[in-house]
Amino acid sequence: MPHFATIAVSILFDGLAYAMFLFITAVGLSVTMGLMGFVNLAHGAFAMAGGFIVVSLTRSYGIDFVPSLVIASVLIGLISARFERRLYRRLYKATELDQVLLTIGLAFMAIAIFTYFYGPIPKSVPLPEWLEGDVNLGFRSFPTYRAFLIALGAVLIAVLWYGFEKTNIGAKIRAAVDNRQMAESVGINVDRLFTLTFAVGSGLAALGGGLAIQLFGLTPSFAVLYLVLFLIVVAVGGLGSLKGTLLAALVIGIIDTAGKYTFPVAGNLFIYAITAIVLLYRPTGFFGRE
Amino acid sequence: MSDTKSHDVAELDMRERAADFLVSRHTFRWTEALPWLIAIACFFLFPNRMTFGNQLLIMVMFALSLDLIMGYAGIVTLGHAAFFGVGAYTVALASLQLGWTEPVSGLVAGGVMAGIFGAVVGWFILRYRGLTLLMLTIAFGAMLQESGNLRSDITGGYDGLPGLMFDPLFGYFQYDLYGHTNYWYVLGVLAIMFYIVRRIVYSPFGQTLTGIRENVRRMHAIGSPVHRRLVTVYAISAAIAGVAGALFTQTNAYVTLTVFDFDNSAKVLVMLILGGTGRLYGPFLGAAVYMILEDYFSKLSPTFWQLGIGLLLVLAVLFARRGVLGIAEDAGGWFAAIKSRGASAPRRLVWKREYWNALGASALDGAIIGFIAGFAVNLNQAGFMTTYVTSMPARAILFTLAGAAVGAGINAVYLLITSRTSVEEQTS
Repeated sequence: MPHFATIAVSILFDGLAYAMFLFITAVGLSVTMGLMGFVNLAHGAFAMAGGFIVVSLTRSYGIDFVPSLVIASVLIGLISARFERRLYRRLYKATELDQVLLTIGLAFMAIAIFTYFYGPIPKSVPLPEWLEGDVNLGFRSFPTYRAFLIALGAVLIAVLWYGFEKTNIGAKIRAAVDNRQMAESVGINVDRLFTLTFAVGSGLAALGGGLAIQLFGLTPSFAVLYLVLFLIVVAVGGLGSLKGTLLAALVIGIIDTAGKYTFPVAGNLFIYAITAIVLLYRPTGFFGRE
Repeated sequence: MSDTKSHDVAELDMRERAADFLVSRHTFRWTEALPWLIAIACFFLFPNRMTFGNQLLIMVMFALSLDLIMGYAGIVTLGHAAFFGVGAYTVALASLQLGWTEPVSGLVAGGVMAGIFGAVVGWFILRYRGLTLLMLTIAFGAMLQESGNLRSDITGGYDGLPGLMFDPLFGYFQYDLYGHTNYWYVLGVLAIMFYIVRRIVYSPFGQTLTGIRENVRRMHAIGSPVHRRLVTVYAISAAIAGVAGALFTQTNAYVTLTVFDFDNSAKVLVMLILGGTGRLYGPFLGAAVYMILEDYFSKLSPTFWQLGIGLLLVLAVLFARRGVLGIAEDAGGWFAAIKSRGASAPRRLVWKREYWNALGASALDGAIIGFIAGFAVNLNQAGFMTTYVTSMPARAILFTLAGAAVGAGINAVYLLITSRTSVEEQTS
């Protein structure tokens, strides 16, 4: 059945690209939640801000797309570190409800401010020539941008895996996620570690926001529109687990794409059904710890 | 010996006071009549705004149902709109499909349906806490909405079911264009719901809920059936939310799938937080403050309103964790303290080196914010101050400096207020 095979390959390819976007954006949220148990609903706002910085840099300053992505990630990483120092720090010991309220308040403010400056109409970015059109992989051709997204995701996964598993800082982060008090008592400065991971995670979210412009178009409401999706990836994957976040992103990305191809009326029903089933059987997610 | 005796006396005294408290805490106080008198007065003061008043009272009821599970039992949910929606659609579909247009029995049906739904969902999800529970509440609410959209032939989808008709209230009172009949109807139902919630909160059952909120492990340890208690209160709360939803459909004669929106769940949570959780009149004040501000500001500019509600939330979490009623209590306590102490001692500002560091840090934050604002204005060639400063770098620098000054200024004012210590405290 060649027709069926074509659809299956398309689903797999688009689903993979979608999953990479989900992974890049949500991985920071997972690690910070695992490390501090902090529910950060403003994560999507950082992604959205990163996306708009990319829009501005490419459209008004004429900087190329890829360097803009890098600049936006670094800028958002630095700014988010200030937020962490100023605001989040006060609420580490507070209840989840307080954290949810503070960060959703920040997200609302971010949406309002960006709507004031950029307006509610979806923005797009000019892509460089080498990212446009299709790329032929021998047996059939695929959109170049999505292929780029998958390749970038693969590279980032490799880098993050190396950083997490093979470096000293990665070992410290793993130790702190496992048992924070123990890590502190052997002399790991968990506070500083957290600021670092928070900044890197938000920077990655900004990268994800920049990459999402071409996929969905960027409006200020991006900050909450995709937030539930990021939270689902984090909860289903298990807090603080790189592996789990990747697996959850792949499952959610591919199944959602399959659902939209074959049964578009159902909308996001599949995603929520999977989330409910996974969480009911494994309340801490795929690779979460009790 | 005398030591233990005085200890015993103190303990006896404490026990007596505790007993007094338990006996008297649920007695009616005259201040409790105030919200109801205001609600009645509003009918005569603003006869033209009664449709708004109906919505306000319905949101009070919705927030009250959330208060029962969140404020008292400590269940954090972002999917409470699901039960509001179940109630709303029960009434709408009963009227359209079955021709069941009698309003009061429809209300009961809406509440029962939502209650059953709440019991089933609650039985599944209330074993979990924290993020897992939060995500499950969102997932179940969203699944309902998506299922509704799947069968938009029945539910009307996002276009909704317009033009619903209901029988006159008690077969006698006709509905008018201004919502006058509805106002009394909604107020009466709210009073009944409030009475139920008040009874629950002050009952032994209500006390176990507070116990679960404060310390689940201890409740398990003393043999309280935690899961059953939580499911029960979840179902009751869902039923009240369902009644609110049913009233929403009946007073609007119209319903769409947007009642299930995540926004709706978040909105009611914000109302409750603004008013103050875990207190019976928090929902009244919170819903009133939120709805009136929203009505006023979203007419000016929806963007401005969104910024305002975000700011309100952040400030509430940082400075007024117990809501507007909490502030009122604090102020009351403050006045009482001043009264008992006589004239307050003269206050003096004490400068410390940390303050300079704090000022520097806030100047840095201000500069970052200013830089971003300048950057955004530069790039879009729109917004304020573009006419005064024409060169792009000049504008960015100006915004950065202005941001730094504002940041440092705000923190300076904050420090001036908070760092003042009374002479009394210094000498002691």
